[in-house]
Amino acid sequence: MDLNLPSVGVQLKNARKSYGNVEVIKGIDLDISHGEFCVFVGPSGCGKSTLLRMISGLEPISGGDIVIGDEVVNDIPAADRGLAMVFQSYALYPHMTVEQNLSFGLENINTPRAEIKDKINAVSAMLQIDQLLDRRPKDLSGGQRQRVAIGRAVVREPRVFLFDEPLSNLDAELRVDMRGEISALHKRLGNTMIYVTHDQVEAMTMADKIAVLRLGELEQFGAPLELFNNPHNLFVAGFIGSPKMNFLKGKVDASDRTLLTLETGEQVRLPGTGFAQQAGQSVTLGIRPNELQPATDGALHLEVRAVEQLGSDSYLYGALSDGTRLTVHNSGQTVVREGEKVPLSFATDAVHLFDTESTLTLRDQS
Amino acid sequence: MAKVISFLTATRGKGRLHWTDWVSYAYLAIGIFLMFGPVIWLVLSSFKTQNELDRFPPRFLPYAQETVELDGFEDPLILFTVSRTSESEVAGETVAQTRRGAGRAEVVRLDDPETRIRLPAVDLQAIESVAFATENYTQLFERFNFLRFLWNSTFITVVATLLMLLVNSMAAFALSKYEFRGRTTVLLLVIGTLMIPQTVVLVPLFLIVTELGMFNSLWGVIIPGAATPTGVFLLRQYMITIPDEILDAARMDKASEWKIFWRIIVPLSAPAIAVLAILAIMWRWNDFLWPLIVLTRTENFTLQLALNSFQGELQTDWASLLAMTVLTLLPIAAVFMFLQKYIATGIASTGGK
Repeated sequence: MDLNLPSVGVQLKNARKSYGNVEVIKGIDLDISHGEFCVFVGPSGCGKSTLLRMISGLEPISGGDIVIGDEVVNDIPAADRGLAMVFQSYALYPHMTVEQNLSFGLENINTPRAEIKDKINAVSAMLQIDQLLDRRPKDLSGGQRQRVAIGRAVVREPRVFLFDEPLSNLDAELRVDMRGEISALHKRLGNTMIYVTHDQVEAMTMADKIAVLRLGELEQFGAPLELFNNPHNLFVAGFIGSPKMNFLKGKVDASDRTLLTLETGEQVRLPGTGFAQQAGQSVTLGIRPNELQPATDGALHLEVRAVEQLGSDSYLYGALSDGTRLTVHNSGQTVVREGEKVPLSFATDAVHLFDTESTLTLRDQS
Repeated sequence: MAKVISFLTATRGKGRLHWTDWVSYAYLAIGIFLMFGPVIWLVLSSFKTQNELDRFPPRFLPYAQETVELDGFEDPLILFTVSRTSESEVAGETVAQTRRGAGRAEVVRLDDPETRIRLPAVDLQAIESVAFATENYTQLFERFNFLRFLWNSTFITVVATLLMLLVNSMAAFALSKYEFRGRTTVLLLVIGTLMIPQTVVLVPLFLIVTELGMFNSLWGVIIPGAATPTGVFLLRQYMITIPDEILDAARMDKASEWKIFWRIIVPLSAPAIAVLAILAIMWRWNDFLWPLIVLTRTENFTLQLALNSFQGELQTDWASLLAMTVLTLLPIAAVFMFLQKYIATGIASTGGK
C-alpha cells in the first residue's frame, strides 16, 4: 500500500515562550513552506528544541501564533495537530515490541486491525525493520532504534515531521548513514519536516532551509548556501561552515576605503564594491579557511602552531603577531612544518566584511 | 542441583578451609538458627498434644504415648513398661493401664485383659514415640469456623491490596509527572503523614468509619488503608525515573492521559508495583490493631483476630492457637517465595540508576 502523506506549511508569528521571568524564545517569525526540509540549528541553549516543542504542542506558547496549514493551533493539543515527532532518546516504549510501538498510535485513533497491519508492513519494509517486529527496543542497536522511532512517526502519516536531534546518540559513521536515509525519506514522502540539530554539518547537508538560532532569537533563515555565502552577521558566519571562518579585526583607512589596517599592523586590500564600509570604520574581516593560500607575497604572516595532514586535505593552525588565531585549509598535502612562518594571501572578492560594533554584515543587500 | 550444592559448599580456601570460611559458615549458621529456629519450634509444637505442650521441660519433637485397643475396653489404653525392680508379678513386662489414682495404677497384661493387677504408679515407665497430633489441625475445621476467618482475611487482603495499588499508583503518577501548583505541598503532606503514628488517629478514624456505617464490616478495614504515604512515595520515586520523552511520545501518538497511565506508566512501573504489592499483602494479612477495633462480631473476624480469641483470660488453647498460627503463616510465606525476586530487583531499581 502507499503512504499518503498530506503536506502543509508551518508558520510562526512572533512566537514567544517564557518560564517565569525568563524569556527563552524572544519572538520568532518563520515561514516554512509545505514540503520543505527545514533545520533549526544553533548552539546548545539557543532554544531550538523548545521551539520545536512549541510547534509540536508539547510546550504551550506564551505569545504569538503558530499556524499549521492555515489553522492557528495555539490552543490545539499536541495529539490533534497532526504532527509526529522523533525524539533525541528515541523514546520507544520499552515494554512493547517494535510492532506494538508502531501500532500504538494507530490503535489510539481506532484504525481497523487489517489497516494497521498493512501500514506497519509498508513502513517496516521501507525502513528495513521488517525483521525486527517481534523484538523489544532493548534488543536493538542504536541505528535500529532510530529507524523504529522514525517508523513510528511515519506510520501515522503526519502532516509535518518533527525531529529533535535524532542522530546525536549515534556514532559518527552511523550518523552519516542515517543522515542520508532521512534525506531520502524526505524526498520519498515529500512532506514538511522540521529538524533540530546543533551540528551545522547535518544542517548543511540535509536542509532546504536553515534557521540559525541564538539565545531565543532567529539570526538568519535561508538556504544552506545562502547562509554560507552571505551570512547576515558574525554569529552566522562563525557558526556555518567547518572549520570556522577566520575573523580579523581592523580599521578602514581614513582616506582609502579599500585599504584595511589590521590590529597586527598588516595592511590588506578590500573590494571596492559589494560592501558598504565607510572610511575610518572599525570592521571585522571574515575569510574562510579554504580561501587563504600560502604565497610569498602574502600580506598576513602566520606563525604555524599545528599541522594536520589528512592526505587529501591539510590544515594549518596558527596565530598572527597579535595572537589572532587563524585556520588555513589546503586541499592536498603541505610541506609546511610547525613553527614556520608562512605568508598568506587571499582573493579580495572572497572576503566577508562585518561592522565590528553591530556585528552585522556590510555586504550590499540587493 | 549440582549448582546448589557447589554454591552451598563454596569455600575461599582451595582444598582446605580458610579461617574466613569458618567465620562465614559460623555466622550463617547462627543466622539460620536465629531465623528458622522459632519457626521450626512453632511448627513442631503445633503437632503436640495439649499434654505434651504443658510438659516441662519441653521436648523438641512431638511425642505421644503408645496406645492399644483391647477387648472389653471402650477407649484405647496407654501402654507402659513396668520397671524390672518392681515387686509386682509383671516386672519387666509391657502392660496397658486401665485406671490410675492415689499413686497406684491398675494394669492388665496385653494377652490377658481380664485380670486386673495393681501396682505403684512409680513402677510404670511410659512408652512414647514421635507422633504428630494432626487433630490440632482437623479440630480447627470442626470446632472453629476456620474457613470463614480465612475467607475474611483473604478478602480483606486481596481487595485492599488491589485498591491500594490503584489509588497509590494514580496519586504517584500525578505527583511525579504533572506540573501543577501545590505539587510539592501535596507531596510534603503525604510524606508528613508518615510522621503521625497510627494510634494518634485511631479514634478519629474510628468515628469516621462508624459515621459511614462501615463498623463491623470488612470494608471498614479495607477503605481506611487504601491510600498509604509509603506506597505513594515509593511509586513516585520510581515513576520519576521514567523519561518524560516516552510520555511525550505517547501524547504525540494521541494517547489520552488515562491510556498513558494504563499502557505506559503501569507496565513500566511493574517492579515498584510488585514491591508495593508484596508489602501491602503482608501489611494487610498481618494487620491486627485496626481490625480488632472495627470488627467485633466473630463471623467478621480475620485470622489474626481469631488467633487472639484463642487466648482467653483464664485458659489458652495452645494446641489450636499454634496450629492456626502455622496456617496463617503459610500464605504469606508462599507469596514471599514467589515474589521475593521482585523485592530484590524492585528495591534495587527504585533507588534509581
